[in-house]
Amino acid sequence: AFTFAAFCYMLALLLTAALIFFAIWHIIAFDELKTDYKNPIDQCNTLNPLVLPEYLIHAFFCVMFLCAAEWLTLGLNMPLLAYHIWRYMSRPVMSGPGLYDPTTIMNADILAYCQKEGWCKLAFYLLAFFYYLYGMIYVLVSS
Amino acid sequence: MSAPAESPHPAASARISPKLGGATASGAATPAGPGPAPHQQNGPAQSQMQVPSGYGVHPQNYIAPSGHYPQGPGKMTSLSLDSQCGDYYSGLYTVPTQNVVTPNTANQQPGAQHMYGRGPPAPHIVGSTPGSFQGATSPTLHLHTSAAQRYSHFVNHYSSPAMYSANSSVASQGFPSTCAHYAMSTVSTAAYPSVSYPSLPAGDPYGQQMFTSQNAPTVRPLRENSFSDHSTAISHPSPLPPPPSHQYHQPQSLSGCSTLSWSASGLPSTQHNIVRNHTGSLATANSNPTNTVTDSLSCPVMQNVQPLKSSPVVSTVLSGASSTRTPPAANRPVEPVASVTQPSELLQQKEMITAQQEGTVPKEVYHKGPKVKEGMQYGDYVNNQASSAPTPLSSTSDDEEEEEEDEEAGVDSSSTTSSASPMPNSYDALEGGSYPDMLSSSASSPAPDPAPEPDPASAPAPASSAPQPSKMAKPFGYGYPTLQPGYQNATAPPNSGVPPSSPGYSGFQPYAQYPGMNQLSSSLGGLSLQSSPQPESLRPINLTQERNILPVIPVWAPVPNLNLDLKKLNCSPDSFRCTLTNIPQTQALLNKAKLPLGLLLHPFRDLTQLPVITSNTIVRCRSCRTYINPFVSFIDQRRWKCNLCYRVNDVPEEFMYNPLTRSYGEPHKRPEVQNSTVEFIASSDYMLRPPQPAVYLFVLDVSHNAVEAGYLTILCQSLLENLDKLPGDSRTRIGFMTFDSTIHFYNLQEGLSQPQMLIVSDIDDVFLPTPDSLLVNLYESKELIKDLLNALPNMFTNTRETHSALGPALQAAFKLMSPTGGRVSVFQTQLPSLGAGLLQSREDPNQRSSTKVVQHLGPATDFYKKLALDCSGQQTAVDLFLLSSQYSDLASLACMSKYSAGCIYYYPSFHYTHNPSQAEKLQKDLKRYLTRKIGFEAVMRIRCTKGLSMHTFHGNFFVRSTDLLSLANINPDAGFAVQLSIEENLTDTSLVCFQTALLYTSSKGERRIRVHTLCLPVVSSLADVYAGVDIQAAVCLLANMAVDRSVSSSLSDARDALVNAVVDSLSAYGSTVSNLQHSALIAPSSLKLFPLYVLALLKQKAFRTGTSTRLDDRVYAMCQIKCQPLVHLMKMIHPNLYRIDRLTDEGAIHVNDKVVPQPPLQKLSAEKLTREGAFLMDCGSVFYIWIGKSCDNHFIEDVLGYPNFASIPQKMTHLPELDTLSSERARSFITWLRDNRPLSPILHVVKDESPAKTEFFQHLIEDRTEAAFSYYEFLLHIQQQICK
Repeated sequence: AFTFAAFCYMLALLLTAALIFFAIWHIIAFDELKTDYKNPIDQCNTLNPLVLPEYLIHAFFCVMFLCAAEWLTLGLNMPLLAYHIWRYMSRPVMSGPGLYDPTTIMNADILAYCQKEGWCKLAFYLLAFFYYLYGMIYVLVSS
Repeated sequence: MSAPAESPHPAASARISPKLGGATASGAATPAGPGPAPHQQNGPAQSQMQVPSGYGVHPQNYIAPSGHYPQGPGKMTSLSLDSQCGDYYSGLYTVPTQNVVTPNTANQQPGAQHMYGRGPPAPHIVGSTPGSFQGATSPTLHLHTSAAQRYSHFVNHYSSPAMYSANSSVASQGFPSTCAHYAMSTVSTAAYPSVSYPSLPAGDPYGQQMFTSQNAPTVRPLRENSFSDHSTAISHPSPLPPPPSHQYHQPQSLSGCSTLSWSASGLPSTQHNIVRNHTGSLATANSNPTNTVTDSLSCPVMQNVQPLKSSPVVSTVLSGASSTRTPPAANRPVEPVASVTQPSELLQQKEMITAQQEGTVPKEVYHKGPKVKEGMQYGDYVNNQASSAPTPLSSTSDDEEEEEEDEEAGVDSSSTTSSASPMPNSYDALEGGSYPDMLSSSASSPAPDPAPEPDPASAPAPASSAPQPSKMAKPFGYGYPTLQPGYQNATAPPNSGVPPSSPGYSGFQPYAQYPGMNQLSSSLGGLSLQSSPQPESLRPINLTQERNILPVIPVWAPVPNLNLDLKKLNCSPDSFRCTLTNIPQTQALLNKAKLPLGLLLHPFRDLTQLPVITSNTIVRCRSCRTYINPFVSFIDQRRWKCNLCYRVNDVPEEFMYNPLTRSYGEPHKRPEVQNSTVEFIASSDYMLRPPQPAVYLFVLDVSHNAVEAGYLTILCQSLLENLDKLPGDSRTRIGFMTFDSTIHFYNLQEGLSQPQMLIVSDIDDVFLPTPDSLLVNLYESKELIKDLLNALPNMFTNTRETHSALGPALQAAFKLMSPTGGRVSVFQTQLPSLGAGLLQSREDPNQRSSTKVVQHLGPATDFYKKLALDCSGQQTAVDLFLLSSQYSDLASLACMSKYSAGCIYYYPSFHYTHNPSQAEKLQKDLKRYLTRKIGFEAVMRIRCTKGLSMHTFHGNFFVRSTDLLSLANINPDAGFAVQLSIEENLTDTSLVCFQTALLYTSSKGERRIRVHTLCLPVVSSLADVYAGVDIQAAVCLLANMAVDRSVSSSLSDARDALVNAVVDSLSAYGSTVSNLQHSALIAPSSLKLFPLYVLALLKQKAFRTGTSTRLDDRVYAMCQIKCQPLVHLMKMIHPNLYRIDRLTDEGAIHVNDKVVPQPPLQKLSAEKLTREGAFLMDCGSVFYIWIGKSCDNHFIEDVLGYPNFASIPQKMTHLPELDTLSSERARSFITWLRDNRPLSPILHVVKDESPAKTEFFQHLIEDRTEAAFSYYEFLLHIQQQICK
């Protein structure tokens, strides 16, 4: 049946697709940095505005799942939500929004970390995408 | 002798060849002569071994020139050294010239021969081999050259001893070279004699080498025969040598005249081989045969050889030359064979002598050697700093030319005789010799002359024993000399009781230090005391029981364990250092060693000599864009292989032609390939826009606080004095801004009657009041500028404005500078309190001595960082002068310089009258700051061999990509550090190279590229990694990492990490030593200072806890750690303490006709301070002279100019110029220390009782403080940690 939960899953499905694009963009951006195609200042300027939207989108459907009382799904998303909060709390001193500081981004450790983060998120979002698809169908079919 | 020697040859060769063959491609060649073959082959082989790409060959070739010089004598070496080493061996330079001056017939001849070998060979070939044989000819040429050179070498070696007795003048020339050789040889060769024998066969080997390289074993015999025939024939004609020589020759006789020369050369070469063996790669296989021969023969040979020297030498040389000349005909037939083989040789050896030259050859060849050098002076090359270098160069070149002319006739013939590419060996020998010579000369000790004599005598004995140990040596782990030989020579004499011998032997030390070479070292020990203070880098030391861990002479960079020619070519450690001079093969090995891997750079250092190259095409690798450098390999004349990415590149047509020498086809002789530090004049390809003019903008704080501090007077005065010395050309522009709560601009447009002040009070939206005329041409508006500078100090005397709008002022400065780029100098005296970028006081004074958390090490705002990035993007650097008495949040302000590649100066408690020492310091710093070199719109790229990658950069810059640093400005006092990681295993290479290329616009509007290349060996064993630790570099890199850690994490984290670095590395070492006593704290000698330096770091202002440290002081110390070059940073971390009330001339060095005493270093402990003494502490940026309470009144009176201790004033910052010996010594010593650094340190005289003594005592880092360990306690702490 088309319940609120089903709606949440459909919404999450769409938003996760968007997040997957975010993640791919992220990965490409850092790859470009690593291969010297882009100036770190430019790259940070393009990446930083995208950080909060991504986090907010994720937080948004987490709240939706909370409202729909989809506890399992919420539980699966909590670690990422917590990570996002921690990540943003520990960002470098910046006046604007975002995470990435052009002066430190080229540090090999940070670059590698960001790349790894991108891949992990991509994997997570992809799995989540299919989980939401399953969840949506399950909710629609059940009852 | 000869018979045995010969007989062994074949056999030996047979044996050797397989071994060598395994090691090297050229191995096949070896069979010919046991002794010589190994030498020659070894030379190439080793080079090949180590450097697959053919490093060895190149260097050798390159070196060859140097070799010539040294022999011809000393000059060349000096030159080469200079270019490479720069300031380092400045002392050496002078000596070589002297050597040059002496016109020894004998020497000249050798020199001529050398010349021969190089240039001439081509001519020889010409006659014999037509174009078809070009390939062949070239090899032959090589052979020739090698033979000739060796010969010369030989002559030098032998002759030198003889020379001594015979001619003083000769001695002088021969001496240095010989000494060096000896030194080399002694260690390596007791071998000498033995070597010589092999050398006899060497003639064969030469040929063989040729063949072998060519891979035509069958050919060898033919070759050898032919050679021998020629040689024999030749030799006979030449009334060579006395019996002893005959012995050689006889065996050689087979080989002929050439053999003589060869044998001679062979000796050196063998020595080289031995040395190399020691070093490692080939050692066992080669050494054995050679050694055996050597042992039996050694003593006699030596003697024989020596006799030859004096009289024979000349004759021999001549004979050699003549022989070479005559042989051509004979050789010619042979040559075809050679030619066949040659191609391979070319590949391997890469000697680039072209057949094409053959026609023209004679002259060209001659010219080449000298001309190259001259080139440095006149031609395309321009010595930047012509003053020092030119004279020696010119003299050498002249001499050489003369020599060449003499030999010209012979050249043609000689070319025919040319043998395989043994050159490297000979070069090595030469270089080795030259080195010591240089050193000895630099040392100014009388030693040089006496040295040679002792050598011969001493050499034989040690030789016999020594060679075998050498065999033992590991492939790469040769010796790891902690001190540079030169240095040792200079300082050591006082310590060592045997001054004369020491210089000669000093050269050995590196070898002597081999691990496991106890015999050698012991034998050497008798020869030179110097070796004793330098233990092998792997000798285990029980730290807790070693009371005097600090050497009495300053610690010098370890020399990478490369073969000699590479060593010679390598970049000066002043510019380029690696924490591990032996690069571990894998990341796993590096992790096991627990040592930081990284580079420390000082790329824009003031150099006394720098080859500058103007060329339309700058030769670079097409795939990785590496600049051609001495460590590339030439596959043939037309192609070179990049040493970083291994791509094979074409040699451009233009590169084939050497305009300086007007010769063609010797790309390996171009200065790019002969110097590891060069500067190119870049073409427009390297410009994004026309080179910018020098633009200087001064942004001055004129708030009440600033006026009160009174810095304006000093600044304006300095500027007035140095206005004409500002680096720049006719386009130089300058501007001034002042600010308090408003921003003041100054219109200095030409034609105004007086400077016009324009005030902008809208600090929220800063704009420029006029579009131009704020930055004006220095020369057109000089009068106005002077008016302004005269008026400025008094313009704001009555200001009541206490606010400071630094942020808006910087924004305005950015707007002003952005069209051109340039340098902004900001003078700030307080916390910015208005407009953008305002800061709050973050320091809690009660927390200054907290042992727990130190906060606010990072910036409070990113305003300054963003501004800096904007500036950097517009090629503008911001230099910050912070002169404040209160907290000014340097952590935030420093960002404006950090990321724009500026520099930071901090003068705490600055006041022009209350704190005269700071005022004086500002004055001196300004003088340096305003007049030092500057490079604009610079970028620096650091490349390294495939497999290594850059991890993190330290310094002031903006990292624009993984290996590219954006430097708006570069100044000579900027240092950088790079952490490296090993991404791919380096198993398929034995050498790695690092190259920094700094592209900048000079103040004259020229686009230039300064390139430094460093080459290091790769090792696979943990012991070798430990043996190659450059502890100073490692500590400096750790300090940089610790700064990052304290900012990103916390200070206590950083401190723990520092301690852990010691604990980990020592425990890792402990686990490699099987017989470790667990109760003791064992460290390899190379790491023995590690705990001490880390303790010093922990007590450094940047990292100390528990001692009251102002936040700004701490942050400034961190900034300095990040951007100081290693030499200065080390003094900051671990000051040098000297006792100066008893200076003597013992061991003194001579600098510019002044005697500079060299007192021993004292350890930094109060136990060394006696009340009867006076001590000088050199902390880099400040000197303290501590006067003990019961210091000798004579000293106080003679040096300080006061009658007794009580009358010395509390604040004393100068030593009076008194006309007493002790005063003169003290002052010359202090002046010498000062001259060694860019920023002139201020001097504080500290009385024992004065309150200022705490300043002094806090630097005694081995002592206990309330908050920190003493050195011994620290060791116990480490031991405890290890045992956990």
